[in-house]
Amino acid sequence: MIGPSSSHTAGACRIGAIVNKIVDNDVLTEVRIQLSGSFARTYRGHGTDRALLAGIMGFKSYSEEIRNAMDIAAERGLKYEFIAEDIPGAHPNTARIYYTCKSGKTGFVEGASIGGGNIRVSNIDGMEVNFSGENNTLFVLHKDTPGVIANVTNLMYWRYGELNISGFHLSRKERGGDALMTLELDELPPEQLITDLKKMDNIDNALLIHAI
Amino acid sequence: MLSYNSIKELVDAANEQKCRISDICIRDQAKKMGISEEDAYKSMEKCFDIMCESAEWGEQEGRRSTSGLTGDEGFKMTNYAKNGGGLMGKTMSRAVSRALAVSNCNAAMGKIVATPTAGSCGILPGCLITAYEDRKLDKKDVVMSIFTAAAFGMIVAEKASIAGAQGGCQAECGSASGMAAAALVELMGGTPEMCADALAISIVNQEGLVCDPVAGLVEIPCIKRNASGVVIAFSSADMALAGIEAKIPADECIDAMREVGDAMSRDLKETATGGLAATPTGKRYREQVFGTK
Repeated sequence: MIGPSSSHTAGACRIGAIVNKIVDNDVLTEVRIQLSGSFARTYRGHGTDRALLAGIMGFKSYSEEIRNAMDIAAERGLKYEFIAEDIPGAHPNTARIYYTCKSGKTGFVEGASIGGGNIRVSNIDGMEVNFSGENNTLFVLHKDTPGVIANVTNLMYWRYGELNISGFHLSRKERGGDALMTLELDELPPEQLITDLKKMDNIDNALLIHAI
Repeated sequence: MLSYNSIKELVDAANEQKCRISDICIRDQAKKMGISEEDAYKSMEKCFDIMCESAEWGEQEGRRSTSGLTGDEGFKMTNYAKNGGGLMGKTMSRAVSRALAVSNCNAAMGKIVATPTAGSCGILPGCLITAYEDRKLDKKDVVMSIFTAAAFGMIVAEKASIAGAQGGCQAECGSASGMAAAALVELMGGTPEMCADALAISIVNQEGLVCDPVAGLVEIPCIKRNASGVVIAFSSADMALAGIEAKIPADECIDAMREVGDAMSRDLKETATGGLAATPTGKRYREQVFGTK
């Protein structure tokens, strides 16, 4: 990795990388990053700001580009802003990244850097999640209605039998409203699975984040 | 497969299978990651090569941190070590100079291996590269010993923490010294119990150490703490190899470290608001680098 702090640099870069994966092929135009706890107090010294930006732009924790992330963002026309403001009750190293894309899509990702470069993502667009990014992670945004989980897991098992689920988490905003399924997988599923999922009833979107 | 939630589990497994802790870990990691043992070894060998590169880089003259507050610690100590070895003798002073050099590389935003973190990245390379060179060890054994260090580090991370923001410096340099001490014991032919004792002694000897980086930078006191971490790792390994027991089992020492970390004030856990960071000089350095507060 590129120093100087695994929590504040490598971990930050990986939290940024989650945004990069979520945005996928869309182009980011603006990010506003809220930093909490130790992140808020030491981000400049640790290069947390550069590392978050680098991750958001798709660089890895070992990419030397981390050092020049600010310049690269300027070149790419990506506007950025850092706000040091504690999030009550959050882990001491937490960042919340609000983003806007060229297409107009907006959203946010909240994650904590829990040591040694490891992270835990806790919130996506207001929905609670809980994953590390160490496994291939599948997100399914769907309507909160009976049978959706069964349809998803059945499809995975009957058409792609070798996919083993190692973690599962579901959250919803309200009964009958939007819900988010998080599935951590041992194997990397084929892209076709995402295409198939998107066509299913009651499913609004599906997204795969490769293990980081 | 291993659960990595107790040191005892690893020691028992190694004794049962009559092999080194590293042999068990490489097998387990390969299986968990779905790769061959050979590939797991190769990726660890790459880590060791990067450690050597960061040490060599940091030993050169003029290696300044990005803030400009620190620099040349690795260069100065390497020169000193090569000219007679100083009070500590050649082996120890070289180990210390390598720890400083790798930490210099980190503070300059160079490439390092987090072992287990970037702030404590000088300790394991300082110990292992020096033992490798001094004892003319087989590179394969040195690379394997990192699996033991890594497994112990994973257990500390699981049971306590390896983040300064969560557990203070004891969680970073304490864990790093413990990992390095265990690796050294294995390299010198010690038993799995001795590896556990070496980890326990190292952790206990840094228990309560706070994380108070000046200006929030991984420089003051972090760079020099890597040097003391190396010394603690060597002395702990030697004590364990001499047959001195830890008295409190390693797992309980890790639990104690967690408890101490939880009790520590937030000002002393990588927020740069207490300890050295809050001294008049510490604040002046902050102003010098950032121009505010």
